[in-house]
Amino acid sequence: MAVLSTPRSAVQLAGKGRPLREHLFRIALLSSLVIALGFLALLLIYVVQEGWPRISPTLWEAMPSIRRPETAGVQSGIVGTLWIIGLTALMALPTGVLAAIYLEEYADRTKWYNKIIELNISNLAAVPSIVYGILGLGIIARWLEFGFTVMTGAMTVSLLVLPIVIISAREAIRAVPPSIREGSLALGATQWQTIYRQVLPSAIPGIATGSILALSRAIGEAAPFLMLGAATLVRFNPEGVWSSFTVLPIQIYSFITQSREEFHVLASAAIVILLAILLLMNSIAIWLRNRYQKRW
Amino acid sequence: MATQQQPTARGAKSLARSRPRYGEHIVKAILLVAALISVATTLGIVAALVEPTIEFFSEISFADFFGSTTWGPLFSPPYFGVWPIIVATLEITLIAIVVAVPLGLAAAIYLSEYASPRVRKIFKPVLEVLAGVPTVVFGFFALVFVTPLLQSWFPFLNLEAKNALAAGLLVGVMIIPIVASLSEDSMAAVPNGLREGSYALGASKMLTSVRVVVPAAFSGIVAAIILAISRAAGETMIVAIAGGFRSEFTFNPANEMSTMAAFIAQAGSGDASAGSTAYKTIFAVGSLLFIMTFAMNWFSARLVQKYREVYE
Repeated sequence: MAVLSTPRSAVQLAGKGRPLREHLFRIALLSSLVIALGFLALLLIYVVQEGWPRISPTLWEAMPSIRRPETAGVQSGIVGTLWIIGLTALMALPTGVLAAIYLEEYADRTKWYNKIIELNISNLAAVPSIVYGILGLGIIARWLEFGFTVMTGAMTVSLLVLPIVIISAREAIRAVPPSIREGSLALGATQWQTIYRQVLPSAIPGIATGSILALSRAIGEAAPFLMLGAATLVRFNPEGVWSSFTVLPIQIYSFITQSREEFHVLASAAIVILLAILLLMNSIAIWLRNRYQKRW
Repeated sequence: MATQQQPTARGAKSLARSRPRYGEHIVKAILLVAALISVATTLGIVAALVEPTIEFFSEISFADFFGSTTWGPLFSPPYFGVWPIIVATLEITLIAIVVAVPLGLAAAIYLSEYASPRVRKIFKPVLEVLAGVPTVVFGFFALVFVTPLLQSWFPFLNLEAKNALAAGLLVGVMIIPIVASLSEDSMAAVPNGLREGSYALGASKMLTSVRVVVPAAFSGIVAAIILAISRAAGETMIVAIAGGFRSEFTFNPANEMSTMAAFIAQAGSGDASAGSTAYKTIFAVGSLLFIMTFAMNWFSARLVQKYREVYE
């Protein structure tokens, strides 16, 4: 049977050009992709259309309100998001890149502790963000007594994006061919000199791309902040890392939960701002990748 | 000549010396500490969960927690039967997977096997943008656009204003990029020799894709799907916004239902006062969610290790 079936299908397929089902299959595949991306387009059109009347300087100059949607803005949310992203970049990016260097350049994969680190990172990448919220609440806010402050939020989100930074930085470092390292070592450079002067400069574009994508994940994240007291109405900008705060996605969430229609318009307008920031970051990441990507 | 030779000789001498380089060791130690922060994160999560969870189970018995189907820790009197929120979580995850696996896999096959490099260069970044859309945005869209649309198209479903169906559909859209891009990666890793062998035997492009490339990339595809499942099960904002917080024991996706993550968000955002049993419930449910995703990921890692086809 097995012997017979091969020639039969071969004859059938080699037959007259492309059979109909080949075309149908191709069309089905393409339409799946188009459905997924068409959904994105529909979503963008909808929020822009809904939010358009409210996109004006009031939106970023005024503070949020749950009483007067027509004059409310999201300034404290935008400023809070910028604080969180700045601090997250300062904490998560260096840590993530250093960890990636360790795992790619130094770690002996056969050692049990290195295996644990590897498995642990892939596990962390799958842990739901709300569980990181519990971590922030239980350990950082309460046990370390940092309270519901910008610092707590930034540390929680840093831990959340750390696995993403590590994974993407490792890929970038791995893409640098071994011959570069061997050449450097052969010229007498130490291992760290090789990494610092040869491997890292070559991997920087890839690391930057991954880092920007990781930070854009942090910008859109709302669930952990719900646990960290950011849900309450905050009508002032944070003054420092120990100030209480809110972020843009949380503001959007609190507008959505209001039942009046005006708040949905306001939420749409705030979503347009959020998506504009994210699209800008994504475009920078993609541009960086296309511009500086090296082919070895 | 002499001046040129001198540095070489000195360099060689300095390399030959046996003095240990402390700087190198310090650097390695710093890097190791950075890598260990990820392990500390896991330990931190476990530490944050364990104590309140133990306290919770000293107040509410295991039998009450897993043996009852009435859930309402925030009511008075409170109820602690966890099944309604587990059922809701599984149901929304199932809807999401039904949406995301066929669409994501088909998109991956198209990008990996059919698309020209130029087409791929356009579509992949757009897929990344879809992956970057914040989940509050999907939740909002489900609540104000998808639910009303479904209500007018399928009035016989009797969809409530907040319902598991719309939430599940949008969670599905959210995880499409995960399924698509990870599956595409593993299909792209299948060596061309396999495809050429298949063509040489007379197989068409479709047969090659379905019977050669997909099976060869199978472990990677399964890992992608498992990651997508754990993302869907832990998704919070979409289900909190579009799925609602009511927790009756029901299987009907047209109803409002609260998932585990939605409950944590609801109780954690101020509805439960610190120290109360309701507050400890957050951690008990969090433990359950953490164990579920951890178990799935561990299973996935084992599967990949066991079935991965290594080429070259």
